[in-house]
Amino acid sequence: MLYREAGDFKTTYRADQQTFPIKSERILFWAFIAFAFLIVPFFINDYWNKAVLMPLLIYSMAALGLNILVGYCGQVSLGTGGFMAVGAFACYKLMTAFPGMDMFSVVILSGFVTAAVGIIFGLPSLRIKGFYLAVATLAAQFFLVWVFNKFAWFYNYSASGQITAPERSIFGIAVTGPSTAPWATYLFALTILFVFGWIARNLTRGRLGRSWMAIRDMDIAAEIIGVSPLKAKLSAFAISSFYIGIAGAMFFANYLGAAEVGEAFGIDKSFLVLFMVIIGGLGSILGSFLGAAFLVLLPVLLKNLMVGYLGWATDLAAHIQIMLVGGLIVFFLIAEPHGLAQLWRITKEKLRIWPFPY
Amino acid sequence: MKFTKTIMAGALAVMVGATPALADLVFPSLSYRTGPYAANGIPFADGYADYLTLVNERDGGIGGIKTQLLECETGYNTEKGVECYESTKGQGALIYQPLSTGITYQLIPKATADGIPVHSMGYGRTSAANGKVFEWIFNYPANYWDGASVIVNDIIKANGGDVKGKKIALVYHNSAYGKEPIRTLEELAKKHGYELSLLPVDHPGQEQKSQWLQIRRDRPDYVLMWGWGVMNAVAIQEAVNIRFNMENFYGIWWSGSENDVIPAGAGANGYKAATFHGVGADYPVFADIKKHVVDTGKAAGAGDQVGTVLYNRGMYAAMLAVEAARKAQEIAGKPDITAADMRNGMEALVIDQARMTELGLPGFGPEINVTCASHGGPGLGAIQQWDAAAKTWSLVSDFGPADRDVLDPLIAEDSEAFAKENNITPRPCS
Repeated sequence: MLYREAGDFKTTYRADQQTFPIKSERILFWAFIAFAFLIVPFFINDYWNKAVLMPLLIYSMAALGLNILVGYCGQVSLGTGGFMAVGAFACYKLMTAFPGMDMFSVVILSGFVTAAVGIIFGLPSLRIKGFYLAVATLAAQFFLVWVFNKFAWFYNYSASGQITAPERSIFGIAVTGPSTAPWATYLFALTILFVFGWIARNLTRGRLGRSWMAIRDMDIAAEIIGVSPLKAKLSAFAISSFYIGIAGAMFFANYLGAAEVGEAFGIDKSFLVLFMVIIGGLGSILGSFLGAAFLVLLPVLLKNLMVGYLGWATDLAAHIQIMLVGGLIVFFLIAEPHGLAQLWRITKEKLRIWPFPY
Repeated sequence: MKFTKTIMAGALAVMVGATPALADLVFPSLSYRTGPYAANGIPFADGYADYLTLVNERDGGIGGIKTQLLECETGYNTEKGVECYESTKGQGALIYQPLSTGITYQLIPKATADGIPVHSMGYGRTSAANGKVFEWIFNYPANYWDGASVIVNDIIKANGGDVKGKKIALVYHNSAYGKEPIRTLEELAKKHGYELSLLPVDHPGQEQKSQWLQIRRDRPDYVLMWGWGVMNAVAIQEAVNIRFNMENFYGIWWSGSENDVIPAGAGANGYKAATFHGVGADYPVFADIKKHVVDTGKAAGAGDQVGTVLYNRGMYAAMLAVEAARKAQEIAGKPDITAADMRNGMEALVIDQARMTELGLPGFGPEINVTCASHGGPGLGAIQQWDAAAKTWSLVSDFGPADRDVLDPLIAEDSEAFAKENNITPRPCS
């Protein structure tokens, strides 16, 4: 009833293999995108921008990047926080060294810098697997944070080690710094996420994505059928780090405006993004978004509910929120180990034949 | 789908949040009662809240208008700090006291753009003392550089005026907060000829074995500490373990509360810390707090923190905010002030000993006289010492001045660098 698929025929391979094969889903997707791009900017205020939408967009980007590595290529990484720090510090150095550069270029270049660092830390993956690789990437996390704390060149020799984003713009509209309009930073982040979400989806369906999945499912078999582990693993590390670096750059420049490496890019960030990927669904683009939404929106929602409406004490609310989110994670993983994306897939299958299941 | 939509609609409605009754004087409190720094965040938040409650209960508010406390939990986390700032700023917030150097750095440009004053009392960006550059940021009555200088002065005094060749180690929280005093200590080392060694401790500071092993090996004459939360207690315990002479161990004011020394027991006896306000509960204002707040069941939190070091500091912060609001009402000529009026009030704030006595806090802190050019207050500090047997802190020195000859050029230099980076033209102060 909800999905009206009658008459929705595919006559070409191209039509059959598109991302949204069902017409009503395609319409829904484009309506949602139109809403996000054309309606939201007119109603967005500082609170919605800074407390809800910016973290959602940026963590979605980071989760997307990590999902490429962990979900599609099967290489467990705990270095996300460190790679986000690389993106943030690359962004800061570029912003201060080239004041005239527009923000799109800065963010994309930060991504490339992070990709290079990601390849270096991806090298151990050619020899070690699984938990051992996780430990190697954990070393990357601590090493990178230490580097950005230790060498003052990275933070331009400021007394406190804090980096602060100066005002930079695109087409004359400020997107970083304190006096930005909420719609400007929102649209900036949304555009980047949309473009790279699109690219990620198509990468994972193409030759490269198939080689990643072959490596993930069984690396020896993949090698025998002609997939080069070197190329597949290092490209996964590079592209994943590229996405995470962009997320780190936006996290620092557009969202926080100032950051301190130990506090903003600590090990808890690595775990948070990994949880997003696992809860959302490993190896699913939609899952990255759902996981990020779950872990970003739920705490804000619970806080507003308990403190704003019920008037509970802030510490009580904070403790209950931690327990509730933790409990829900356990519940979801028991109810559906393959994450929210799988939950949605099952729901969709049921909805397609509802109300006449066979 | 319908169910999802209902949930989404509900979520949207909840997220917009409740708005408080207007026409109250709103004081947001970005507190942290959870996380690794909760032990220190709770007494400060309680003190801040209790003083505002006292003003409502005893005086009926400020100039006849009730105060309203908007508490928001940050967990000492900058992301939650941003969320708290954005959710409270639209509700008529008059002044922010983030109690976190990281969040303060974040708020300096934002609050300046939004026109809401920030009072980072004894923390935050030290060069905000230059009111010509930092129009909306205040850090009276003292800052980290004052604290560092006051401690060094005390060491010089203990050595009869000569510290040449002495070794001083700084154990610091490896963050913006802990790094603040380094530049001052280096300048002072040049001037007085002591050797400075730096020992960073990473967040949250539970693991300090290697740092204290190094101290045991190098045998510095003095150890200074810039710590917060669990790091303080661990450091003091480690110092006790290596039998470091506690008389020669100094903490900044954020490393000198009861929570930090009690876990180390008798070994912590003699540990010193800087402070910029009085200690203990022997002030008349505490009788009022007991009568109007604690006994009526309106105390914040568990109500068991009254008179502790950090409670006193939170109360002092609230007292300074209330006095500034009073001044602002006087200047604006109306009781219903805005954040801009509040800033004017803070800039014209004068608190002398007579006023302190009136408020029930005689001799609690130094006299404060904020001006357009100087947002840093007098910059006086004293040294307090822990008596483990009596479980009390007591002042062992008077409120003494910091080395202004060294600090003022540093403040000018750092604030000018900030002004240049952010294209700020320092405003003229007549």
